[in-house]
Amino acid sequence: MATAKELKRVIIEPVTRVEGHGKVSILLDEKNEVKQARLHIVEFRGFERFVQGRPFWEVPVLVQRLCGICPVSHHLAAAKAMDRIVGVDTISPTAEKIRRLMHYGQTLQSHALHFFHLCSPDLLFGFDADPMIRNVVGVARKHPDLAVQGVMLRKYGQELIRATAGKKIHGTGAIPGGVNKNLSIEERDEFLKDLDQMMEWARGALKIAKDYTVENLETLAPFGSFDSNHLSLIREDGAMDLYHGNLRAIDSEGKKIFDQVDYSNYNDYIVEEVKPWSYMKFPFIKSLGPEEGWYRVGPLARVNTADFIDTPEAEAARKEFAALTDGKPNNISMAYHWARMIELLHSVEKIAALLNDPDLQGEDLVVTGERREEGVGLLEAPRGTLFHHYRVNEDDQVVMANLIVSTTNNNTPMNRAVEKVARDHLSGVEITEGLLNHVEVAIRAYDPCLSCATHALGKMPLVVELRDSRGELIDRKSK
Amino acid sequence: MAERRVLLIGYGNPGRRDDGLGPALAAEMEAQNLPGLDVDSDYQLTVEDSHAVAEHDLVIFADAALEGREPFYFRPLKPRMNGLAGGVSSHGVEAEEVLALAGQLFEARVEAYVLGIRGYEFNRFEEGLSERAHANMLAARDFLVRTIREGNFAAAVTD
Repeated sequence: MATAKELKRVIIEPVTRVEGHGKVSILLDEKNEVKQARLHIVEFRGFERFVQGRPFWEVPVLVQRLCGICPVSHHLAAAKAMDRIVGVDTISPTAEKIRRLMHYGQTLQSHALHFFHLCSPDLLFGFDADPMIRNVVGVARKHPDLAVQGVMLRKYGQELIRATAGKKIHGTGAIPGGVNKNLSIEERDEFLKDLDQMMEWARGALKIAKDYTVENLETLAPFGSFDSNHLSLIREDGAMDLYHGNLRAIDSEGKKIFDQVDYSNYNDYIVEEVKPWSYMKFPFIKSLGPEEGWYRVGPLARVNTADFIDTPEAEAARKEFAALTDGKPNNISMAYHWARMIELLHSVEKIAALLNDPDLQGEDLVVTGERREEGVGLLEAPRGTLFHHYRVNEDDQVVMANLIVSTTNNNTPMNRAVEKVARDHLSGVEITEGLLNHVEVAIRAYDPCLSCATHALGKMPLVVELRDSRGELIDRKSK
Repeated sequence: MAERRVLLIGYGNPGRRDDGLGPALAAEMEAQNLPGLDVDSDYQLTVEDSHAVAEHDLVIFADAALEGREPFYFRPLKPRMNGLAGGVSSHGVEAEEVLALAGQLFEARVEAYVLGIRGYEFNRFEEGLSERAHANMLAARDFLVRTIREGNFAAAVTD
């Protein structure tokens, strides 16, 4: 057995193309065999204290400060929680459809960014390719058509957000009990003009993701993969619903662990565990315990948990996806990309349906009710299930906030993926940048995001450090 | 000669103290209503900013600076065509990459500058700039208003 002196630690810090401060540490013994591999992400829990003492109606705006990449998800989850605080269980049809349009715009732009500009360099150039070309500028040079599609799909989603939420940095569209504006006919018509193009590009992206997965299945199937539970919101009829629903959890074989659970009672079903080596908590399903109860969220989980998708092209794609594993849940980590593109197409289909709905021009924007002390809001953010939970005192001040963000839900799965890839690809060989990128490819499949990191000029260097088990620096490389 | 179309993008997180310098400057400049100036702000730069950049003749990226000249620096910016040394580090991209993408994808050759406003406090969740950072931002605002009116950006470079 190796002594502590003989063990070496490889640290990748921060993880490239992951928001915030990520660090992978890989512990090697004297034969360069992987003894342990972990993903640490610094999560700033201070944010929950930041909103305490603030008036509840400010929260949907304040929480956007949590994340520069998915502020709309936090905005809407907080607004849903505040609906409950103001005593509203059902907002008006116009308000719900405006919020949904905002949310599908968010999902569209987020999935487009991830696929075209974060994941495609790995897919197009290979995991081992020179990092000087394996990046978004490399994609732009070699595959400009794809890069333009990514930019324009994202821009379309961002414009939908701007039209429904207001400014990117001060979005105020969703308010407790509803929304503060509808969508004008002129705004709607601007979006309708480009819709066919967005649909065509979404179909193309789905085809790339599907073909890549199927053609490389032998390699991808074991890559960072493992059986797991899956969790998501689900509509009452079993359809995928990214904005609202009840909680469903299934095991790796598809057996339901719980179903149609009112998310206000999430505390009865989900528990967060603390581990000393990570700032990020590890949620698990209470009835199964921490060892068996961890689960995946996000596109893969949602496509697995849904009985069907209520838009025709995405549903046809879901059936193809399900056929790959004979209708059982797909537990291949790299299949996240395919599932994500099914949702991209679904989002465009939903946007099309919404834009043609006259309720978007309705005038009934806000519903009122009798004040409550507590509110929980959940939705399916691009990266997975997002929990917002608040308590408010009689002076309208927030006295308790608890957030479980999508990436926290995927904490254990990402760690499993890192460990699997490290053991399969890094053990007993000389570790190169390309091999380290294999670890990052597995993490990127989950599209983690913790953008609470300050990104002022001069920050975010990428450093690989080789340390012994006592933390002594042996070698340091700036990638 | 037609007036140049100028774009100012101020970026950063206003919930992290002085990281909000870019958006704060953007808000100040928007209030100026200067002809020919478009103003945008966001938490960070992303790929679609390349499309907006390509629709202008000159772009100024305004961000908080952790170090360097006080109260701000103003430097020319060139596209980085070979990507970062080690790839892109987040969902966001660097200003040099936005320029590269504008050229590569939309065949735009845009004159570009970075306005780095010195900040001091970044490490906690709190709205509002520190006193010194706020003073630096106002100095940067006055500088930018003057420079846009005079139109000679190259001559305004600080270092």
